[in-house]
Amino acid sequence: MATTETARIPSAAMQRQRRANMRRNMFYLALIVIGLVAPFLAYPVFLMKILCFALFACSFNLLLGYAGLLSFGHAAFLATGGYVTGYLLSSYPGITPEVGILIGTLAGVALGVVFGALSIRRQGIYFAMVTLALAQLMFFFFIQAPFTGGEDGLHGVVRGHFLGFISLDDNLSMYYFVFAVFLIGFAIIQRTVHSPFGQVLKAIRENEPRAVSLGYNVDAYKLLAFVISAGLAGLAGSTKTLVFQLASLTDAHWHMSGEVILMTLLGGVGTLLGPIMGAGIVVSLQHLLAQSPLGNWVSVILGLIFVVCVLSFRSGIVGELAKSYRKNFK
Amino acid sequence: MSADYVLETRGLTKEFRGFTAVDDVNLQVQEGHIHALIGPNGAGKTTVFNLLTKFLPPTRGEILYRGKPITGMKSNEIARLGLVRSFQISAVFAHMTALENVRVALQRKLGTSFHFWKSEKTLDHLNERAMELLEEVGLREYADILTVEMPYGRKRALEVATTLALDPTMMLLDEPTQGMGAEDVDRIVELIRRVSKGRTVLMVEHNLSVVSRLCDRITVLARGSVLAEGDYDSVSRNPLVKEAYMGSEAAEEEGAQA
Repeated sequence: MATTETARIPSAAMQRQRRANMRRNMFYLALIVIGLVAPFLAYPVFLMKILCFALFACSFNLLLGYAGLLSFGHAAFLATGGYVTGYLLSSYPGITPEVGILIGTLAGVALGVVFGALSIRRQGIYFAMVTLALAQLMFFFFIQAPFTGGEDGLHGVVRGHFLGFISLDDNLSMYYFVFAVFLIGFAIIQRTVHSPFGQVLKAIRENEPRAVSLGYNVDAYKLLAFVISAGLAGLAGSTKTLVFQLASLTDAHWHMSGEVILMTLLGGVGTLLGPIMGAGIVVSLQHLLAQSPLGNWVSVILGLIFVVCVLSFRSGIVGELAKSYRKNFK
Repeated sequence: MSADYVLETRGLTKEFRGFTAVDDVNLQVQEGHIHALIGPNGAGKTTVFNLLTKFLPPTRGEILYRGKPITGMKSNEIARLGLVRSFQISAVFAHMTALENVRVALQRKLGTSFHFWKSEKTLDHLNERAMELLEEVGLREYADILTVEMPYGRKRALEVATTLALDPTMMLLDEPTQGMGAEDVDRIVELIRRVSKGRTVLMVEHNLSVVSRLCDRITVLARGSVLAEGDYDSVSRNPLVKEAYMGSEAAEEEGAQA
């Protein structure tokens, strides 16, 4: 009796696991199909904007949701990626867009190493303040630096030819390029979260002193998470510059660091899909409100939404959906 | 001579802005012993614990592990030597399952913990060992349960399983039975007795009946310094200890034992 019981439990759990995995894969497949047909239903540039911000929010979420680190300076990485890619593609016509984006991403990584090394030793609000201060430093650097165009920004960045022969001037091919970049970025995050590294990161988020007492050098793990997040934020910025053919101070402003927090919390921090949903909602609202008579009230309305979100559904839209799904279908 | 002791402190002192929390403590823990650190509130027990495990730097003094100085090492390095601590409040990873809690301790030795490009399925071969450890503390049926949903006593048992996963030579337990009902206390006492075979244990404990049942040797701290040391009988008969700490409580305790 006892032996059949113990033999049955793991196999039932395994079957449940397998079914859940299959359902998840179907769900992701459906999302990819939606992503593939979307440019025929909506304006591609608008969709690309959502994808860039979604990737940015996902990178931020990796840090806040899975490492428990609230960075208030993520705009610095977005802007650095954007400026580096913009400058390279404007100044060196021989560089193809994918190389430009790669170098922009690496710039994000490099800045992440520096910022991370300076900030991860602090916790909570102090960590947020150090990252904010460093990001402000970058903001003033971008105003003064000779290659950024100062207040005007970098205009007319050439999209160029992907791999040297596929023109990205057409918005549809540009869209599929951006979609592919987004999927790569998302896959990196999904893998990082579900990796041996991700397990340790979760443990540190849950109980840092305990992780230390298990022998983990937590600072090193936090630094790696910070660098991956910074690199992906740089990737988002580089791609965004390519889409809009523009790199400007808006990306470096602390407003941008705040906006990405709003997107992530609204969609659901610590969920993989939440930041995408949050980015979609915020970008859509900005777009709709800008055309309506309420155009001047965008910040106020977003602020109100933020307050409502924090007060009434803390785990965000996707977080709440996941909760009610678990409650009703398990 | 010092190698006779697993853990030894010499003149260990910790001052906080002029207030001496731990004052010239010489502690010697013998191999294989269950050693208790007791004392009234504010005696400096937890501070000593934090000094030993490097969560606080000492102001003066030396800490030796198997005769070698470890005073300047970091917390995580101490853990790698086999000195693993628990915490006063149950230290578990709340939003991970019981199995994952144990596995995260096991996975360190694989050396892949920085590999963010690998699937977590590469950890699955540790599940068997993790299940064994859960079985050992009676938590097999909790394996797939999120820790946050487990009762308090079970969380403490899980913490023991996670500690055992590191195969420590010495366990430092900070008030392992704190906040528990009588039934859970008995279970934890049995558990500590069982897992301490072949290991050394140093524990801070308030519950004197637990101390009398488990411990080979007792150090009494009062106001930051060592007041007495010995086995339970000699310590509980010591008039200084009675006066400073146990008082009438000790008499009741003896009455209850008899």
